[in-house]
Amino acid sequence: MLKITDLKVNYGGIEAVKGISFDVPEGKIVTLIGANGAGKSTILKSISGIVKPSSGRIEFLGTDITSKDAAFIVGKGVTLVPEGRKIFPDLTVLENLRIGAYMRRDDLTEDLDWVYGLFPRLKERAWQAGGTLSGGEQQMLAVARALMSRPKLIMMDEPSLGLAPLIVRGIFDIMREINKRGVTILLVEQNANMALQAADFAYVMETGRITMSGTGNELLNNPAVKAAYLGT
Amino acid sequence: MTKRQKIISVILLALVYAAVFVMEQVIPAQAMLFTVLKKGAIYALVAVSMNLLNGFTGLFSLGQAGFMLIGAYVYGIFTIPTEMRTSVYQYFDGGVIQFTVPVLLAIVLAGVAAAIAAALIGFPALRLKSDYLAIATLGFAEILRAIFQWDKLGPVTNGSNLLRKFPTFNDFNITNADGDVVIYLSTLVPFLIVGVCIFLIVLLINSSYGRVFRAIRDDERAAEAMGVNLFAHKEISFVVSSFFAGIGGALLAMYQMTIQASAFKSAMTYEILLIVVIGGIGSVTGSCIGSFLFIAASEWWLRGLDSGTFLGITAPTIFRSGFRKVVFAVIIMVIVLFYRKGLMGDKEFSVARIAGRFRRLFRRRAPAEKGATK
Repeated sequence: MLKITDLKVNYGGIEAVKGISFDVPEGKIVTLIGANGAGKSTILKSISGIVKPSSGRIEFLGTDITSKDAAFIVGKGVTLVPEGRKIFPDLTVLENLRIGAYMRRDDLTEDLDWVYGLFPRLKERAWQAGGTLSGGEQQMLAVARALMSRPKLIMMDEPSLGLAPLIVRGIFDIMREINKRGVTILLVEQNANMALQAADFAYVMETGRITMSGTGNELLNNPAVKAAYLGT
Repeated sequence: MTKRQKIISVILLALVYAAVFVMEQVIPAQAMLFTVLKKGAIYALVAVSMNLLNGFTGLFSLGQAGFMLIGAYVYGIFTIPTEMRTSVYQYFDGGVIQFTVPVLLAIVLAGVAAAIAAALIGFPALRLKSDYLAIATLGFAEILRAIFQWDKLGPVTNGSNLLRKFPTFNDFNITNADGDVVIYLSTLVPFLIVGVCIFLIVLLINSSYGRVFRAIRDDERAAEAMGVNLFAHKEISFVVSSFFAGIGGALLAMYQMTIQASAFKSAMTYEILLIVVIGGIGSVTGSCIGSFLFIAASEWWLRGLDSGTFLGITAPTIFRSGFRKVVFAVIIMVIVLFYRKGLMGDKEFSVARIAGRFRRLFRRRAPAEKGATK
């Protein structure tokens, strides 16, 4: 579905991504794990068009989306849940969701029902300003907002960041639920344990390169991954 | 807003307009009150237009005086009666433009001209962020001021000479055959024009565009990730804001009766910025209230500070020319230190909130009702 070939990205004066290639097959959960500064977030930003890569090719469903505008890419069906949630604090929950559906001109009732079904808490708080939600609720809102664009591929950047373990578990459950509905997921995580358990396929990144890959289970049991990322 | 609140708001507004109309018939036209009402209304419009940009879209622009200047000149140039042009453009053989357009059309043209200028400078300037955008727009306004005073453009702009003899607010008054005023409308008409303009801005803010503006203000990157075309929306906000600043400029010209480019200094932009801050960044009603307060204070209540007697105290050594500015500076500092959110914060004036507050005052046993509004 998403095919990345030899991608290089310069970000903040350094070469953050040094020529990587990987695939995200349709209907799967794929995860990129790795330490801080490995270039994971930069990859997501360049797929979504916020950062322009210096070379390489990004292909989505056969269309070349390399260096296209973010609006074009969202229109194609690729949506990013940014790191640190980045909800709009002064807009109400409902307004946040409507901005998520910005690229669409059709009726939103059905989608609102769907995301309210996934996150009943958001329905209760529809009229509250986004900034007044708790961290976990804000993460729910960020995911729900991304879903409002009806993405074929949803990319999540560190959804577990700064959340309590119980809430993180909830977010991962929802992720599987969304995936069952046919949305492909590309997940970037530092919480390698949770990410590998959820993922069909995983890549390990180190300083701008992919150093290992395999199914989630394979990597969970890989001694090198265990030592470096799982702390066991 | 519920239907009931809407009705109450409309009734309140109608009462304000009725009061303006009645006062105008009863109180002598020279009264300071009308200066405050006219200038206050004009500044309210410009402040709301600035608030659309600074408060709702998060673009810190300081070009307001420049766009007002364009509006004022376009209005003047197209409305000076043809037979007056020889005396107004006396150094430029009566100027090159020898026709006039109706007043209301000229006001709209003033807005359109300012909007076109904004669209053009928006292309490079809106790619800049925060402080840099402010510096670029400020510089643009200064350049405009110089261009309009340029001698070579004299046949159109009258160079550094005044433009005058165009229709003013007083021409809205209805007179009888002897030239005596029968019905005064010189305050009501600008009030109506400003009211319509602010209403249009409010419609924009409450539309889906307004929602996107506020999303950009809250988090530009996140808005972009949602597929929002940042540049297009910033440009829309900038152009619309400038359009209404241009109309404000035309109204200011009508109020002042003369136009001179040198009057549209950056100090004018700062006055408007001050009104926006006093009223509350992100509050339309705040800007309106702030504007009337600011104009009333600077033109009326604090006048004594400059002329010897203030609050019955006569002290010519302290209360002399320029002291008003000192007091104003202190007020500004107090506001910035203690009322950073301004009078209204980012809330709007609402009857329901005030009613709720009164209800709480009078009903002692009931605990404070939260969320009386919204």
